[in-house]
Amino acid sequence: MAAEISLIVNGEPRRVAFGSSIADLVAGIGLDPKKVAVEHNGEIAPRSTLADVSLSEGDVLEIVHFVGGG
Amino acid sequence: MTDTVSDSWTVAGRTFRSRLIVGTGKYKDFEQNAAAVEASGAEIVTVAVRRVNVSDPKAPMLTDYIDPKKITYLPNTAGCFTADDAIRTLRLAREAGGWDLVKLEVLGEARTLYPDMRETLKATETLANEGFLPMVYCVDDPIAAKQLEEAGAVAVMPLGAPIGSGLGIQNKVTVRLIVEGAKVPVLVDAGVGTASEAAVAMELGCDGVLMNTAIAEARDPIRMARAMKLAVEAGRHAYLAGRMAQRRYADPSSPLAGLI
Repeated sequence: MAAEISLIVNGEPRRVAFGSSIADLVAGIGLDPKKVAVEHNGEIAPRSTLADVSLSEGDVLEIVHFVGGG
Repeated sequence: MTDTVSDSWTVAGRTFRSRLIVGTGKYKDFEQNAAAVEASGAEIVTVAVRRVNVSDPKAPMLTDYIDPKKITYLPNTAGCFTADDAIRTLRLAREAGGWDLVKLEVLGEARTLYPDMRETLKATETLANEGFLPMVYCVDDPIAAKQLEEAGAVAVMPLGAPIGSGLGIQNKVTVRLIVEGAKVPVLVDAGVGTASEAAVAMELGCDGVLMNTAIAEARDPIRMARAMKLAVEAGRHAYLAGRMAQRRYADPSSPLAGLI
Protein backbone atom coordinates (compact mmCIF):
# COMPACT_ATOMS: atom_id res chain seq x y z
CA MET A 1 0.00 0.00 0.00
CA ALA A 2 1.38 3.36 -1.07
CA ALA A 3 2.22 5.62 1.84
CA GLU A 4 0.64 9.06 1.90
CA ILE A 5 1.47 12.27 3.69
CA SER A 6 -0.84 15.04 4.88
CA LEU A 7 -0.43 18.65 3.79
CA ILE A 8 -2.30 21.89 4.23
CA VAL A 9 -2.90 23.46 0.81
CA ASN A 10 -4.58 26.89 0.74
CA GLY A 11 -5.87 26.27 4.23
CA GLU A 12 -7.41 22.87 3.42
CA PRO A 13 -6.07 19.42 4.34
CA ARG A 14 -4.88 17.38 1.39
CA ARG A 15 -3.11 14.00 1.04
CA VAL A 16 -0.47 13.18 -1.55
CA ALA A 17 1.73 10.14 -2.22
CA PHE A 18 4.91 9.92 -0.18
CA GLY A 19 7.81 11.32 -2.19
CA SER A 20 5.68 13.79 -4.18
CA SER A 21 7.29 17.03 -5.30
CA ILE A 22 5.62 20.43 -5.37
CA ALA A 23 5.34 20.05 -9.16
CA ASP A 24 3.48 16.74 -8.62
CA LEU A 25 1.07 18.47 -6.24
CA VAL A 26 0.40 21.35 -8.65
CA ALA A 27 -0.14 18.97 -11.56
CA GLY A 28 -2.29 16.70 -9.39
CA ILE A 29 -4.63 19.59 -8.60
CA GLY A 30 -4.85 20.31 -12.34
CA LEU A 31 -3.09 23.66 -12.40
CA ASP A 32 -0.74 25.12 -14.98
CA PRO A 33 2.46 25.83 -13.04
CA LYS A 34 3.18 28.79 -15.34
CA LYS A 35 0.09 30.62 -14.03
CA VAL A 36 0.59 30.17 -10.30
CA ALA A 37 3.09 30.91 -7.55
CA VAL A 38 3.77 28.61 -4.62
CA GLU A 39 4.76 29.38 -1.07
CA HIS A 40 6.15 26.37 0.82
CA ASN A 41 6.22 26.65 4.62
CA GLY A 42 6.33 30.43 4.38
CA GLU A 43 9.08 30.62 1.74
CA ILE A 44 8.66 31.27 -1.98
CA ALA A 45 9.21 28.09 -3.99
CA PRO A 46 10.80 29.28 -7.25
CA ARG A 47 9.04 27.86 -10.29
CA SER A 48 12.29 26.38 -11.62
CA THR A 49 12.67 24.24 -8.49
CA LEU A 50 9.13 22.91 -8.11
CA ALA A 51 10.08 19.46 -9.39
CA ASP A 52 13.09 19.23 -7.08
CA VAL A 53 11.41 19.94 -3.75
CA SER A 54 9.93 16.89 -1.99
CA LEU A 55 6.97 17.42 0.29
CA SER A 56 7.01 16.32 3.92
CA GLU A 57 4.28 15.43 6.40
CA GLY A 58 2.60 18.60 7.72
CA ASP A 59 3.95 20.98 5.06
CA VAL A 60 1.89 24.14 4.55
CA LEU A 61 1.50 25.40 0.99
CA GLU A 62 -0.13 28.44 -0.52
CA ILE A 63 -0.85 28.39 -4.24
CA VAL A 64 -1.88 31.78 -5.64
CA HIS A 65 -2.63 33.43 -8.95
CA PHE A 66 -3.72 36.81 -10.28
CA VAL A 67 -7.36 37.79 -9.97
CA GLY A 68 -9.21 41.01 -10.72
CA GLY A 69 -8.42 43.84 -8.32
CA GLY A 70 -8.03 47.58 -8.03
CA MET B 1 0.99 71.46 -30.57
CA THR B 2 1.84 68.57 -28.32
CA ASP B 3 0.34 65.42 -29.70
CA THR B 4 -0.62 62.46 -27.57
CA VAL B 5 1.87 60.14 -29.18
CA SER B 6 4.92 62.09 -28.08
CA ASP B 7 3.47 62.81 -24.65
CA SER B 8 4.58 59.66 -22.86
CA TRP B 9 5.52 59.16 -19.23
CA THR B 10 8.15 56.95 -17.67
CA VAL B 11 8.11 55.04 -14.41
CA ALA B 12 11.23 53.17 -13.27
CA GLY B 13 12.62 53.26 -16.81
CA ARG B 14 9.47 51.93 -18.47
CA THR B 15 7.68 54.26 -20.85
CA PHE B 16 3.94 54.29 -21.43
CA ARG B 17 1.70 56.37 -23.68
CA SER B 18 -1.53 55.94 -21.76
CA ARG B 19 -1.74 57.87 -18.50
CA LEU B 20 -4.73 55.88 -17.33
CA ILE B 21 -4.22 52.77 -15.21
CA VAL B 22 -7.33 50.71 -14.62
CA GLY B 23 -8.26 48.08 -12.08
CA THR B 24 -9.73 44.69 -12.91
CA GLY B 25 -12.08 44.23 -9.95
CA LYS B 26 -15.87 44.44 -9.62
CA TYR B 27 -16.72 43.70 -13.28
CA LYS B 28 -19.75 41.59 -14.22
CA ASP B 29 -17.51 39.10 -16.03
CA PHE B 30 -14.12 38.74 -17.69
CA GLU B 31 -15.51 39.70 -21.14
CA GLN B 32 -16.80 43.05 -19.87
CA ASN B 33 -13.55 43.63 -17.99
CA ALA B 34 -11.45 42.98 -21.10
CA ALA B 35 -13.67 45.24 -23.24
CA ALA B 36 -13.41 48.05 -20.69
CA VAL B 37 -9.61 47.77 -20.60
CA GLU B 38 -9.57 47.96 -24.39
CA ALA B 39 -11.85 51.02 -24.44
CA SER B 40 -9.79 52.76 -21.75
CA GLY B 41 -6.62 52.48 -23.80
CA ALA B 42 -4.80 51.53 -20.60
CA GLU B 43 -1.43 49.84 -20.95
CA ILE B 44 -1.27 48.90 -17.27
CA VAL B 45 -3.91 47.09 -15.20
CA THR B 46 -3.84 46.42 -11.49
CA VAL B 47 -4.43 42.85 -10.35
CA ALA B 48 -4.77 41.16 -6.97
CA VAL B 49 -3.01 38.04 -5.73
CA ARG B 50 -5.32 35.41 -4.22
CA ARG B 51 -5.45 31.71 -3.45
CA VAL B 52 -6.25 29.43 -6.38
CA ASN B 53 -9.53 27.58 -5.88
CA VAL B 54 -8.03 24.09 -5.67
CA SER B 55 -11.48 22.47 -5.92
CA ASP B 56 -12.12 24.15 -9.30
CA PRO B 57 -8.72 24.39 -11.00
CA LYS B 58 -10.18 24.75 -14.50
CA ALA B 59 -12.19 27.89 -13.67
CA PRO B 60 -11.43 30.73 -16.12
CA MET B 61 -8.55 32.95 -15.10
CA LEU B 62 -7.96 36.66 -15.66
CA THR B 63 -4.87 35.87 -17.72
CA ASP B 64 -7.11 34.04 -20.24
CA TYR B 65 -8.90 37.33 -21.01
CA ILE B 66 -6.29 40.07 -20.48
CA ASP B 67 -2.98 38.99 -21.97
CA PRO B 68 -0.07 39.84 -19.65
CA LYS B 69 2.21 39.92 -22.69
CA LYS B 70 0.25 42.87 -24.12
CA ILE B 71 -0.93 44.66 -20.98
CA THR B 72 1.42 45.25 -18.04
CA TYR B 73 0.06 43.58 -14.92
CA LEU B 74 0.64 45.70 -11.83
CA PRO B 75 0.15 43.35 -8.86
CA ASN B 76 -1.34 45.09 -5.83
CA THR B 77 -1.47 44.34 -2.13
CA ALA B 78 -5.11 45.27 -1.64
CA GLY B 79 -6.44 43.73 1.54
CA CYS B 80 -3.09 43.83 3.34
CA PHE B 81 -3.07 45.61 6.70
CA THR B 82 0.59 45.08 7.66
CA ALA B 83 3.92 45.60 5.91
CA ASP B 84 4.72 41.90 6.35
CA ASP B 85 1.50 40.78 4.61
CA ALA B 86 2.09 43.19 1.74
CA ILE B 87 5.70 42.08 1.26
CA ARG B 88 4.69 38.40 1.35
CA THR B 89 1.97 39.05 -1.25
CA LEU B 90 4.37 40.84 -3.61
CA ARG B 91 7.04 38.15 -3.31
CA LEU B 92 4.40 35.68 -4.50
CA ALA B 93 3.28 38.10 -7.22
CA ARG B 94 6.83 38.39 -8.50
CA GLU B 95 7.09 34.62 -8.66
CA ALA B 96 3.69 34.31 -10.39
CA GLY B 97 4.36 36.96 -12.99
CA GLY B 98 8.03 37.73 -13.01
CA TRP B 99 7.43 41.46 -12.59
CA ASP B 100 9.19 43.76 -10.16
CA LEU B 101 6.95 46.79 -10.87
CA VAL B 102 4.26 46.52 -8.19
CA LYS B 103 1.59 48.55 -6.46
CA LEU B 104 2.01 48.73 -2.70
CA GLU B 105 -0.92 49.58 -0.50
CA VAL B 106 -0.99 48.90 3.22
CA LEU B 107 -4.37 49.69 4.66
CA GLY B 108 -5.06 51.15 8.08
CA GLU B 109 -8.73 50.29 8.61
CA ALA B 110 -11.59 48.69 6.72
CA ARG B 111 -14.06 51.56 7.06
CA THR B 112 -12.01 54.18 5.19
CA LEU B 113 -9.34 51.98 3.56
CA TYR B 114 -7.00 54.82 4.40
CA PRO B 115 -3.34 53.85 4.09
CA ASP B 116 -1.33 53.07 7.22
CA MET B 117 1.65 55.28 6.39
CA ARG B 118 3.97 53.86 9.07
CA GLU B 119 3.57 50.34 7.67
CA THR B 120 3.57 51.65 4.08
CA LEU B 121 6.92 53.38 4.58
CA LYS B 122 8.41 50.29 6.22
CA ALA B 123 7.22 48.06 3.38
CA THR B 124 8.51 50.50 0.74
CA GLU B 125 12.03 50.34 2.21
CA THR B 126 12.04 46.54 2.39
CA LEU B 127 10.65 46.11 -1.12
CA ALA B 128 13.14 48.56 -2.62
CA ASN B 129 15.96 46.68 -0.88
CA GLU B 130 14.69 43.42 -2.40
CA GLY B 131 14.79 44.90 -5.90
CA PHE B 132 11.11 45.64 -6.27
CA LEU B 133 9.94 48.83 -7.99
CA PRO B 134 7.04 49.90 -5.77
CA MET B 135 4.40 52.38 -6.90
CA VAL B 136 2.92 53.40 -3.59
CA TYR B 137 -0.66 54.27 -2.60
CA CYS B 138 -0.50 56.98 0.04
CA VAL B 139 -2.22 59.83 1.83
CA ASP B 140 -2.39 63.19 0.07
CA ASP B 141 0.42 64.57 2.21
CA PRO B 142 3.43 66.19 0.51
CA ILE B 143 5.79 65.26 3.36
CA ALA B 144 4.73 61.62 3.38
CA ALA B 145 5.15 61.57 -0.40
CA LYS B 146 8.74 62.82 -0.10
CA GLN B 147 9.51 60.22 2.57
CA LEU B 148 8.20 57.46 0.30
CA GLU B 149 10.31 58.74 -2.56
CA GLU B 150 13.40 58.72 -0.35
CA ALA B 151 12.55 55.17 0.76
CA GLY B 152 12.54 53.93 -2.83
CA ALA B 153 9.03 54.48 -4.21
CA VAL B 154 9.22 54.69 -8.02
CA ALA B 155 5.89 56.53 -8.08
CA VAL B 156 3.70 58.07 -5.41
CA MET B 157 -0.04 57.59 -5.69
CA PRO B 158 -2.04 59.81 -3.35
CA LEU B 159 -5.73 59.14 -2.87
CA GLY B 160 -8.16 61.72 -4.17
CA ALA B 161 -10.85 60.35 -1.84
CA PRO B 162 -11.39 56.97 -0.14
CA ILE B 163 -11.09 53.87 -2.34
CA GLY B 164 -14.35 53.06 -4.11
CA SER B 165 -16.07 56.23 -2.87
CA GLY B 166 -16.28 58.13 -6.16
CA LEU B 167 -16.20 61.40 -4.23
CA GLY B 168 -13.70 63.11 -6.53
CA ILE B 169 -10.48 64.87 -5.63
CA GLN B 170 -11.10 66.34 -2.19
CA ASN B 171 -7.87 68.23 -1.71
CA LYS B 172 -6.52 69.75 -4.87
CA VAL B 173 -4.02 71.84 -2.91
CA THR B 174 -2.18 68.85 -1.41
CA VAL B 175 -2.20 66.91 -4.68
CA ARG B 176 -0.67 69.92 -6.43
CA LEU B 177 1.95 70.29 -3.69
CA ILE B 178 2.88 66.60 -4.08
CA VAL B 179 3.24 67.09 -7.84
CA GLU B 180 5.45 70.15 -7.35
CA GLY B 181 7.71 68.39 -4.87
CA ALA B 182 8.06 64.96 -6.46
CA LYS B 183 10.91 63.73 -8.64
CA VAL B 184 9.02 60.50 -9.39
CA PRO B 185 5.68 60.22 -11.21
CA VAL B 186 2.56 61.15 -9.26
CA LEU B 187 -0.71 59.39 -9.97
CA VAL B 188 -4.03 59.96 -8.26
CA ASP B 189 -5.09 56.54 -7.03
CA ALA B 190 -8.63 56.22 -5.72
CA GLY B 191 -11.54 58.59 -5.40
CA VAL B 192 -12.27 59.50 -9.01
CA GLY B 193 -15.97 58.99 -9.73
CA THR B 194 -16.54 60.46 -13.16
CA ALA B 195 -14.67 61.84 -16.16
CA SER B 196 -14.42 65.48 -15.04
CA GLU B 197 -12.64 64.34 -11.86
CA ALA B 198 -10.05 62.44 -13.88
CA ALA B 199 -9.49 65.63 -15.87
CA VAL B 200 -9.02 67.57 -12.61
CA ALA B 201 -6.25 65.17 -11.55
CA MET B 202 -4.46 65.70 -14.84
CA GLU B 203 -4.96 69.48 -14.78
CA LEU B 204 -3.19 69.50 -11.41
CA GLY B 205 -0.15 68.13 -13.21
CA CYS B 206 -0.36 64.50 -12.19
CA ASP B 207 1.41 62.02 -14.46
CA GLY B 208 -1.57 59.70 -14.47
CA VAL B 209 -4.70 58.42 -12.80
CA LEU B 210 -5.51 54.98 -11.44
CA MET B 211 -9.14 53.92 -11.10
CA ASN B 212 -11.34 50.87 -10.87
CA THR B 213 -14.80 51.43 -9.40
CA ALA B 214 -15.59 54.55 -11.46
CA ILE B 215 -15.48 52.38 -14.57
CA ALA B 216 -16.64 49.02 -13.21
CA GLU B 217 -19.71 50.42 -11.43
CA ALA B 218 -20.83 52.75 -14.22
CA ARG B 219 -24.11 51.70 -15.84
CA ASP B 220 -22.13 51.21 -19.07
CA PRO B 221 -18.55 50.43 -18.01
CA ILE B 222 -17.21 50.28 -21.55
CA ARG B 223 -18.51 53.74 -22.42
CA MET B 224 -17.21 55.11 -19.11
CA ALA B 225 -13.80 53.59 -19.86
CA ARG B 226 -13.76 55.57 -23.10
CA ALA B 227 -14.90 58.70 -21.25
CA MET B 228 -12.03 58.30 -18.79
CA LYS B 229 -9.51 57.86 -21.59
CA LEU B 230 -10.70 61.11 -23.19
CA ALA B 231 -10.84 62.94 -19.85
CA VAL B 232 -7.28 61.97 -18.95
CA GLU B 233 -6.10 63.14 -22.37
CA ALA B 234 -8.13 66.36 -22.13
CA GLY B 235 -6.85 67.12 -18.64
CA ARG B 236 -3.28 66.48 -19.72
CA HIS B 237 -3.61 68.77 -22.73
CA ALA B 238 -5.16 71.48 -20.53
CA TYR B 239 -2.28 71.20 -18.06
CA LEU B 240 0.32 71.45 -20.84
CA ALA B 241 -1.57 74.28 -22.52
CA GLY B 242 -1.56 76.34 -19.31
CA ARG B 243 -4.94 77.60 -18.23
CA MET B 244 -5.98 81.27 -18.33
CA ALA B 245 -5.81 83.34 -15.18
CA GLN B 246 -9.03 83.60 -13.21
CA ARG B 247 -10.71 87.01 -12.83
CA ARG B 248 -13.26 88.12 -10.31
CA TYR B 249 -15.46 89.83 -12.91
CA ALA B 250 -16.32 89.64 -16.59
CA ASP B 251 -13.96 90.51 -19.41
CA PRO B 252 -15.62 90.82 -22.86
CA SER B 253 -14.33 88.60 -25.64
CA SER B 254 -15.57 90.88 -28.44
CA PRO B 255 -13.81 94.20 -29.06
CA LEU B 256 -15.37 97.29 -27.54
CA ALA B 257 -14.05 99.52 -30.33
CA GLY B 258 -16.35 100.01 -33.31
CA LEU B 259 -19.56 99.38 -31.43
CA ILE B 260 -22.50 100.79 -33.36
